[in-house]
Amino acid sequence: MAYVAVKGGEQAIKNAEALLQAMRRGNKDIPELSLEQIKQQLALAVNRVMAEGSLYDCDLAALAIKQSWGDLVEAIFLLRAYRTTLPRLYYSKPLDTEKMQVQRRISSIFKDLPGGQKLGATYDYIHRLLDFKLAAENNEYHAPEIDNNNGTVPRAIDTLNQEGLIQSETDITDTDNEPFDLTRQSLSTPTDRDARLQNLARADEGFLLGLAYSTQRGYGKNHPFAGEIRVGEVEVIIEPEELDFEVAIADIQVTEVQMVNQFKGSKELPPQFTRGYGLTFGYNERKAMSMAIVDRALRAKEFGEEIEGVAQDEEFVLYHSDNVEAQGFVQHLKLPHYIDFQAELNLVRQMKKEQKLDSDNEYKVIKNIKIRPEESKDYSEISEVNNLAFGQENEANVFNDV
Amino acid sequence: MTKTELNSNSSNSSTEPGFNFAYLDEQTKRSIRRAILKAVAIPGHQIPFSSREMPMSYGWGTGGIQVTASVIGKEDTLKVIDQGADDTTNAVNIRRFFKKVCGVNTTEKTSEATLIQTRHRIPETPLKEGQTIVYQVPMPEPLFVIEPSRTEAAKMHALEEYGSMYVKLYEDITNYGYIATAYDYPVIVNDRYLMKPSPIPRFDNPKMNNNPALQLFGAGREKRIYAVPPYTKVKSLDFEDYPFSVENWDNKACEFCGSTDSYLDEVVIDNEGTRMWICSDTDYCNGQLIVNSLNCMS
Repeated sequence: MAYVAVKGGEQAIKNAEALLQAMRRGNKDIPELSLEQIKQQLALAVNRVMAEGSLYDCDLAALAIKQSWGDLVEAIFLLRAYRTTLPRLYYSKPLDTEKMQVQRRISSIFKDLPGGQKLGATYDYIHRLLDFKLAAENNEYHAPEIDNNNGTVPRAIDTLNQEGLIQSETDITDTDNEPFDLTRQSLSTPTDRDARLQNLARADEGFLLGLAYSTQRGYGKNHPFAGEIRVGEVEVIIEPEELDFEVAIADIQVTEVQMVNQFKGSKELPPQFTRGYGLTFGYNERKAMSMAIVDRALRAKEFGEEIEGVAQDEEFVLYHSDNVEAQGFVQHLKLPHYIDFQAELNLVRQMKKEQKLDSDNEYKVIKNIKIRPEESKDYSEISEVNNLAFGQENEANVFNDV
Repeated sequence: MTKTELNSNSSNSSTEPGFNFAYLDEQTKRSIRRAILKAVAIPGHQIPFSSREMPMSYGWGTGGIQVTASVIGKEDTLKVIDQGADDTTNAVNIRRFFKKVCGVNTTEKTSEATLIQTRHRIPETPLKEGQTIVYQVPMPEPLFVIEPSRTEAAKMHALEEYGSMYVKLYEDITNYGYIATAYDYPVIVNDRYLMKPSPIPRFDNPKMNNNPALQLFGAGREKRIYAVPPYTKVKSLDFEDYPFSVENWDNKACEFCGSTDSYLDEVVIDNEGTRMWICSDTDYCNGQLIVNSLNCMS
C-alpha cells in the first residue's frame, strides 16, 4: 500500500518540542533572558501571570514567562499546572489591607482624605509617546525620594459606612461557614459571593475588562465610582491549629479596588450606595477595577435588580472567565476530529441524496418554497394558481404540459 | 499535608522524579475516586468533582486523564486511543504521559488492556469483564443544546423532564425524515438519566448497552464525572416508528483488512479526490489482517 495515513508518532512530538525550544531561544549571539531580568523589567507581566495563575511566586512566574516564549496565557497555564501538584497546607487569616504598606492609593470620590492621595508609579498621566531614547540601552533613571512607611491607612469608603450611606458587608469570619475553595471544590450555580470572587480573582483580564466595559455601556448598568484603589504590600498570616499563635509567612503585593455604585433601592432595601470588590496579586489595576465592576454586576440578584446584561449573569460570567479552560477548549479543535467528521460526512451525503431525489420529483417547486404537503395538495392540481404563485420556472412546465 | 500522605508519596513514587505516582497527589485521587463511586451508584448521573489543572490543556482529555490517574495501579496495562487509533498524536502523548508518571505497561491490543482511555471511539473488539474504559468528555450535559444554563438543566434531570429532547429529535424527523445526529447521540441509562456518550459516532452507541466492562466518563473542564456500570441498559433515544439505526458505508470494505463491519475512515489519497476507506480501529484492523493471513495458509 503506497499511502500511509498521516499520524503523528512519538518522534514527531519530540521534534516539535525541540524545534519550539530552539526557536524560543532565538539567535544564540543575543544574550539569553535571565529570570531576574524578567522579574525586574517585565514585572507587570509577572504580576498578571501570578494573579491568573493563582500562585504567588515571582520566580516561578518569571520562569513560566520565559518558557512560554512571552505568551502570558500559556505562562498562566504552566503555573496552574504546577500549582495542581502542591498540597493545601493552611488557609491564611483574612488579609488586613488597612495595614498595607501603601505604594499607591487613590480615591476618586473624595478630593482629599485621611491617609492622603498617592499616585505612586502609574501610566495614568504619562503622555503615551513612544520614548525613542528607551530604544538605546544603558539609560539611567532615578526614583524620587519617597517615604513608604505609613501606619494604618483607613479605607476611604468606610467614612460612608459611618453615615450608613453604603451597604455594609457581612462579616463571615466569625461564622462557622468555611469559605468556598475554588481550587478544591467544584463550582456549581447558583453560588455565593466567596466562590464568585475567587473565580473573578483568577479570571482572564481581557474577559473581565470587556464585561466591565459592557456594563458601562448600558448592558446591566450600575454607575461605578472608584471609591478606592490601593496597591502595596500586605502580610499573610496563618494560625496553625497545632500552634496557638499567629505566624506571618510572607509579604505580598496586592491591588485592592473598592467600587461604589449608585443604588436607588428596592422593596427590601433602602436607597444607598453599594459595593463591588476587586483584589489581585501584584500591581494589576485594570484587572482589579474590572473585577470590582463585574462583582457588583453579579450582585444584581442580591439587590433585586433586573438581569439585563451578560455581566449580571452568574453562569455566563463564571463559566467562561477562566482562560486556562477557555484556551484549552477553543484550541482543542486542532485535535483530530475525523471520526465525528466521517459521521457528519455520511449524514450530509445521505441528506444530499435525499434532496436530489426530492428535486427529481415533480413537486420540486412546491417543496422548495416550503408549503406543507397537505396544503400543497389542494392547490397543486390547479395550474393557474401554480402559475401565479411560482412564476417563470413553472410556466415552462405548463408549456411542456401543453 | 498529613503524615500518611507523606508516606504514601514516598511509597508511591512515580518514575518521574518530583511527582507522585500518576501525577495527582493521593488526596486528590481519593476525592476523584469518591466521585467515581457515586457515579457508578447512580448510572448516567453527572457528579461534580474538583477537577485539577493538568499538564495537558483542557480539551485534550484532562477529565479522562484524571479519571485514569485515579484508578490506575501498578499492575494495570493501559491502552490509549484517539479516533480509534493508538498512533494519533494525542493518544501517543497521553500514553507517553502515563508511562512517564506511572511506569505502567502499555499495549495497543484491546484484549490485553485492563484500562483503556479513549477519545471518540469504542474499540471494535468487544470488551470483557474486569476491563475499564475511560471516555474523554468535552461537554457532559446532554441538555445544553436545549438549555445552556446548568442550573436549569440540573432541574430538568432531577424531574426527568426530557420531553424537549424528544421534541428536538422529532423536529429532525419532520425536517429531514430521520434523526440527524451523527455523533454524541443521546442515550437513556438504566431507564433514568439522559446521558451524552461523549462524541463517539452513533455507530458505537449499541456497544455501550449491557457492556461487561465498567465505563467511566471524565469531563475535566466542565468538572463532571459519570459512569455506566457493567451490564447496564443503555438505550439510544428513538421513536417506535423511527427506530435508532447506525450509519453504513454502502458495503464498502476496509482497504487493508477487508472488514465490512467496522467503522471506516475515509481518506483522500490524491489530488483528484480519490478516496479509500480504512478501519478507524487500528488494533482491530491489524487483528483482522492476521486472521486473514492465517485463513490463507490453512
